[in-house]
Amino acid sequence: MISQFFILSSKGDPLIYKDFRGDSGGRDVAELFYRKLTGLPGDESPVVMHHDDRHFIHIRHSGLYLVATTSENISPFSLLELLSRLATLLGDYCGSLGEGTISRNVALVYELLDEVLDYGYVQTTSTEMLRNFIQTEAVVSKPFSLFDLSSVGLFGAETQQSKVAPSSAASRPVLSSRTDQSQKNEVFLDVVERLSVLIASNGSLLKVDVQGEIRLKSFLPSGSEMRIGLTEEFCVGKSELRGYGPGIRVDEVSFHSSVHLDEFESHRILRLQPPQGELTVMRYQLSDDLPSPLPFRLFPSVQWDRGSGRLQVYLKLRCDLPPKSLSQELSSPEQKAELGEGALRWDLPRVQGGSQLSALFQMDVPGLPGPPGQGPSTSAPPLGLGPASLSFELPRHTCSGLQVRFLRLAFRPCGNANPHKWVRHLSHSDAYVIRI
Amino acid sequence: MPYLGSEDVVKELKKALCNPHIQADRLRYRNVIQRVIRMSKLDQWGQAEVLYFLLRYQPRSEEELFDILNLLDSFLKSSSPGVVMGATKLFLILAKKFPHVQTDVLVQVKGPLLAACSSESRELCFAALCHVRQILHSLPGHFSSHYKKFFCSYSEPHYIKLQKVEVLCELVNDENVQQVLEELRGYCTDVSADFAQAAIFAIGGIARTYTDQCVQILTELLGLRQDHITTVVVQTFRDLVWLCPQCTEAVCQALPGCEENIQDSEGKQALIWLLGVHGERIPNAPYVLEDFVENVKSETFPAVKMELLTALLRLFLSRPAECQDTLGRLLYYCIEEEKDMAVRDRGLFYYRLLLAGIDEVKRILCSPKSDPSLGLLEDQAERPVNSWASDFNTLVPVYGKARWATISKCQGAERCGPELPNTASFATSGPLIPEENKKRVQELPDAGALMLVPKCQLTAECFEKTWLHLKVAHQQVLPWQGAVHPDTLQMALQVVNIQTIAMSRAGAQPWKAYLSAQDDTGCLFLTELLLEPENLEMQISVKQNEARTEALNGFISVLETVIGTIGEIKS
Repeated sequence: MISQFFILSSKGDPLIYKDFRGDSGGRDVAELFYRKLTGLPGDESPVVMHHDDRHFIHIRHSGLYLVATTSENISPFSLLELLSRLATLLGDYCGSLGEGTISRNVALVYELLDEVLDYGYVQTTSTEMLRNFIQTEAVVSKPFSLFDLSSVGLFGAETQQSKVAPSSAASRPVLSSRTDQSQKNEVFLDVVERLSVLIASNGSLLKVDVQGEIRLKSFLPSGSEMRIGLTEEFCVGKSELRGYGPGIRVDEVSFHSSVHLDEFESHRILRLQPPQGELTVMRYQLSDDLPSPLPFRLFPSVQWDRGSGRLQVYLKLRCDLPPKSLSQELSSPEQKAELGEGALRWDLPRVQGGSQLSALFQMDVPGLPGPPGQGPSTSAPPLGLGPASLSFELPRHTCSGLQVRFLRLAFRPCGNANPHKWVRHLSHSDAYVIRI
Repeated sequence: MPYLGSEDVVKELKKALCNPHIQADRLRYRNVIQRVIRMSKLDQWGQAEVLYFLLRYQPRSEEELFDILNLLDSFLKSSSPGVVMGATKLFLILAKKFPHVQTDVLVQVKGPLLAACSSESRELCFAALCHVRQILHSLPGHFSSHYKKFFCSYSEPHYIKLQKVEVLCELVNDENVQQVLEELRGYCTDVSADFAQAAIFAIGGIARTYTDQCVQILTELLGLRQDHITTVVVQTFRDLVWLCPQCTEAVCQALPGCEENIQDSEGKQALIWLLGVHGERIPNAPYVLEDFVENVKSETFPAVKMELLTALLRLFLSRPAECQDTLGRLLYYCIEEEKDMAVRDRGLFYYRLLLAGIDEVKRILCSPKSDPSLGLLEDQAERPVNSWASDFNTLVPVYGKARWATISKCQGAERCGPELPNTASFATSGPLIPEENKKRVQELPDAGALMLVPKCQLTAECFEKTWLHLKVAHQQVLPWQGAVHPDTLQMALQVVNIQTIAMSRAGAQPWKAYLSAQDDTGCLFLTELLLEPENLEMQISVKQNEARTEALNGFISVLETVIGTIGEIKS
């Protein structure tokens, strides 16, 4: 299996190094890897590299490089899955995965690696089994406080405090064994969708793709049973039909192995007993048939002024989401526009549903040689404008229409208040491209 | 021993796979395997390990095979990509005699693979794309309806975009060709020059089947007058004209005017070749070549000059009046003033050829203008699934066949020679096999001065006749353990050029084999190998058709080495 495992920071400084089999090289292999990575020609993939009878396979997670070396011809999928699982596990134990947290928790990380991998073979990555062996405590940067409201993670937060999740809640280490009385049992459920859209220059929709995940982060003691209810009209595949009306449809769905699906057929309820930590409960994909209209449409018009060599781009952005019932008046949003690296960038902090925003950009294009035969004062129009790429987050909105109806827990921890349940729906753009 | 989720499983697996008594008893082995498969408490790593171990298992009957496949069906729907791919590989290998089962499995794995291709994790996406390409080699229409998933997105890293473009090129069919070409056309004007060039080459690949549409797109691209686009388009045209001569007319109409936008060596060579070979259809061909000749003194690439010489001479044959003067000047320059020896040599050669007469020139220079059969050769025919099934779910598709061949070659060499000095530079993709190791690898057949000739054709009747005719020249026994694996032995003997005339199947008792070999002087060696039941030795009898002792000794030492090595490997 794997011979060595190491973690590098984004600049290539080794943070963690562990040799499992002692059969290939020493610590300098980390430096070797980084040099090879940065020296790789552009068209070769850095995912798997080979040097000196060893294969290097790595993933990038939160800016860190997690690298494993092996000398056998093993499955890339298993190895990549192992690295992702290690990243999640380290995040669970240390709070979040980053250069700072790793450097503060080096002993914990080595202990985890000792338990997870033995002589390069995976023993277990289940948080249940590992809890029994890990003794070291995680070191957090500042004590957890419920009143910490700087940089709220949710858009358009209501002002009432109890409705807002503390920003540092998600980065609390999950698996600490501190039995703090005031520590709340909480569970966070996120329905996150990634939207990929491609619109041609004539406005027709070329491609739309939604990849969705239901992610769970549980601080509850493991073994507590949980039931998650999804929208009743949720249909899988093109032929199924439930309820009346078009329903909410996805093409394919896959579940985590620990989810019980006995109530899924009848009532669309998922039943599971999640371990502490992060877990992806369900994954689904939907293409080509979105029930709701696309969130953004762009209407560009480009004008080229031959005489002065100036390019005018007029962009009208229309947001087709239903307007939220937001009573407070938004002040004029601070928009920014900047030109750099051959691209024009327009930042809009907030866009309200149903609104239209427009902007006019004037650019002086440095003189392009015009067609011969015409006067020196004319210059050729630019050949084409690259596509407009939008990146955004839509809080409390899922493009497929899937909603979590309820989240019920069967377990009541004695003495403590009811566990808090935070459910949020979020869509963000993966690649939203509109061609001009 | 891997943990595999529980102590019971470890015990079972240990029993099944390490205990030779259980292995020898087929029934017990099979029962243990079945129990292992039915273990439900395995986590995803345990499942992947079990699937890996089962690759070694040979089911005895069709019934058993389908039994196992039914049990493993649930693994194909697992949420862990490692398990799904492991199960797929196992299915493909176990069902190698049932292509419809293999196709079924590949249909089932389409969903998970496509999901992995759109995964957030770039690395998983890349590994999945490499496997998709692997599948497309055997089932080109497999992903054709999902072509939209392979459209490139703006933010993806370069290596993923390149893979996606290759996949798009390979899954084109009548229904999606329009959309795919439109999408690739969009990529050709991408900001990144490398990506644009890759997209243009992909269009060139599709053009072998859908020539007209692609040539039209490529012609439009020429109109943009961008250097990096024009050079690649001209190179694509050159390849296309060679493979699909029906598009020559369209290409010739598109060419005039693009010489102003080509600055690099490859592009110039391609353009000059086209002008030379098809110059009679391009009105201003001699004048473009004349421009090149005017600037030949400042031309830095010798390859361009060589191409220029050939092209101008070819054009001279079809349009002599226009080219005569230019050709003369070029030849004068190449012979008198050129410093590169190769160019000068070619110039001299052409000059002498011209002196020999125009017929000679025509005879030598009028080569075929196209070779459509080359296109059929290059387009790899659909390869059967079995040719790559054992590479599925390993690092081989991720590296690509070519790179993997380099890697395994240098891995093999390093294992042969442990005192090999470490190559310090890791920028090269793989060191060449150094000379000492080549000799070591070849030492095996070169025993003494005996040279065995490969491919000596001896028919069975001839062998029998000769065998009965000759007397035994040498007899020997060699220690041997266990049963014989005929295939391994046959292959090993093949390496040293000893042919197998007949061999008993594995497990036959007594086990016999008849071998023949011939050395370069024509001396024939006929050998019988005999393994009696309950015997720990193999009896060798050798007969020779000429009485030559040293040759005989040489042959025997080769035979001994081979049999000894096979015996060692086995035990």
